[in-house]
Amino acid sequence: MAAVAQTTPLSRILWPALAWTIALIFFFPIFWLVFTSFKTDADAVKPEHLFFFTPTLENYANMTENYDYWRFAINSVITATFATAFALAVGVPAAYAMAFDPSRHTKDILVWMLSTKMLPAAAVLYPMTFLTKNILGLFDTHFLIIAVLCLINLPIVIWMLFTYFKEIPKDIIEAGKMDGVSTWGEIKDILIPLAWGGIASTALLTFIFCWNEAYWTVRLTTIDAATLSKLIEGNRAPEGLFFGRLSAVSTAAVGPIVVLGWFCQKQLVQGLTFGAVK
Amino acid sequence: MASLKIRGVKKSYGDLQVMHGVDLDVEEGEFVVFVGPSGCGKSTLLRMIAGLEEVTSGEISIGDKVVNEVAPAKRGVAMVFQSYALYPHMTVFNNMAFGLKQVKTPPKEIDRRVREAAEVLQITDYLDRSPRNLSGGQRQRVAIGRAIVRDPEVFLFDEPLSNLDAALRVQTRLEIARLHERLKSTMIYVTHDQVEAMTLADKIVVMRAGRVEQIGSPIDLYRNPSNAFVAQFIGSPKMNFFTQADLAKNGSKSLPAAASGAHIGIRPEHLTACTEAKALVCGTLDLVEQLGEYALVHLVSASGEAFIVKMEHPPKTAKGETMWFTAQSDVLHLFDQSSGLRIEAKSSSS
Repeated sequence: MAAVAQTTPLSRILWPALAWTIALIFFFPIFWLVFTSFKTDADAVKPEHLFFFTPTLENYANMTENYDYWRFAINSVITATFATAFALAVGVPAAYAMAFDPSRHTKDILVWMLSTKMLPAAAVLYPMTFLTKNILGLFDTHFLIIAVLCLINLPIVIWMLFTYFKEIPKDIIEAGKMDGVSTWGEIKDILIPLAWGGIASTALLTFIFCWNEAYWTVRLTTIDAATLSKLIEGNRAPEGLFFGRLSAVSTAAVGPIVVLGWFCQKQLVQGLTFGAVK
Repeated sequence: MASLKIRGVKKSYGDLQVMHGVDLDVEEGEFVVFVGPSGCGKSTLLRMIAGLEEVTSGEISIGDKVVNEVAPAKRGVAMVFQSYALYPHMTVFNNMAFGLKQVKTPPKEIDRRVREAAEVLQITDYLDRSPRNLSGGQRQRVAIGRAIVRDPEVFLFDEPLSNLDAALRVQTRLEIARLHERLKSTMIYVTHDQVEAMTLADKIVVMRAGRVEQIGSPIDLYRNPSNAFVAQFIGSPKMNFFTQADLAKNGSKSLPAAASGAHIGIRPEHLTACTEAKALVCGTLDLVEQLGEYALVHLVSASGEAFIVKMEHPPKTAKGETMWFTAQSDVLHLFDQSSGLRIEAKSSSS
């Protein structure tokens, strides 16, 4: 339903101007972060060097040499990748069953799963720490971080996949049943190819959520399984003396995910607005 | 090819019973059409035969085997869906081959059978295309082709023509009739369109609200509907119903004794205009629809009910004027006013 656009001179200037303003407001903190990362810690807090300073790569060199950036980055990649893979491995069959063979409790289960996201993470900080440290002995292991990231994202993964799968006509799945395809075959040969876009969006978002997760990755690791969130956390300086260094670390932590997001923009927008338009 | 038996089949969703005990026999090679208004259970019954819905109680047998617990693909049935339900990510060839691949048919055999079916349906040129590049009619052929290659004992069609435009629907209907003639397979076909039912069926099953109202050949249902529902459902335009109040002055004289207190059903094509003295019923003219070959004359009876008369030539009567009609006694249908069941009048013969 394409409405005829009204192109008065005012709207031709006003709307783009407004759009650019909003975009710049949103972009500014990122810009400032990157900008600051090229200042020395001393320059970063000096008002006279707010805009004019001698750019330096010192912070980045420092970060890779002294703070073991690559170890944290690799941990982030490993945990986010495996957590996403496991979440999909569980989520795809679960959402498939709920979408195409619902029971009378399916709706309740979906709501219940989402309700688990309502529990404040801080509320279980003690049991989680105690359990992982003293009983399971999994503290600061990749396995633990992968499990935690996978489980906290699983409700969202299932919800998203469920919504995508719901859009596949049930007839097609039934045609598969008439053709004698097995349950696994239905998933592999019909469902996944048809919902590929939705699954990719879900995977991408989950990966980003895992990458950005900070509450648990900071608290359940020390060094072995520590991710980039932990690296940023470790460079936190409340007194504000190391802004240059902190900015460099943060830039290096968000950089990969921003690049990934940039290349997958189309998928992401589709993923973020899923269900918005029928 | 196989026969099909349905015995006391019921279906409930929780406390809601939607099928109240259906019995049906389908002979080998027969073309059976389930017809009825939407929500009558015809699609549910078809889906139970397919194995896509569980049977709550009762038995469905294909050949000599009870198939209640048999998986859809193992029943020897193939289904053509209303929405075609083609696999959008596969070529036409693979859509048709998919079922054969599931049972590990040798590739050469798959190729032969797909091409053979494509030949019959004249879709050989499209085998490498994807369904999204096909028209509705072509998609429908692919859907039928997918059923044919599996060489099923029973073909199931779930309103296969309802997504096609009117012209294509008539053409495809003919093709399905030819296909049945050629393959001589048992076919079960669901539709809400009584014209499809009349033209295709060897046997029509009229359903309403989860019950079978009548089973019979098209002409049998047309001539001897067993109740008022079937009488009005089969035939187009539908049968007119008159009460005693609608009869013309001398009308009741020409009626059998059983007619008193009954509804009198007369099809639009069986009413002929006549003089007042000979008339059975009368009505005031409301509207004339001229269709060229014939005209549909819409009238209002004495009791205020609308009725239709099919006439070769449109009448010269003006709107609001009275017209008189009569009908042969052997095309009168009498139905009990309360139960709607047919009353056999001595003078009415089939």
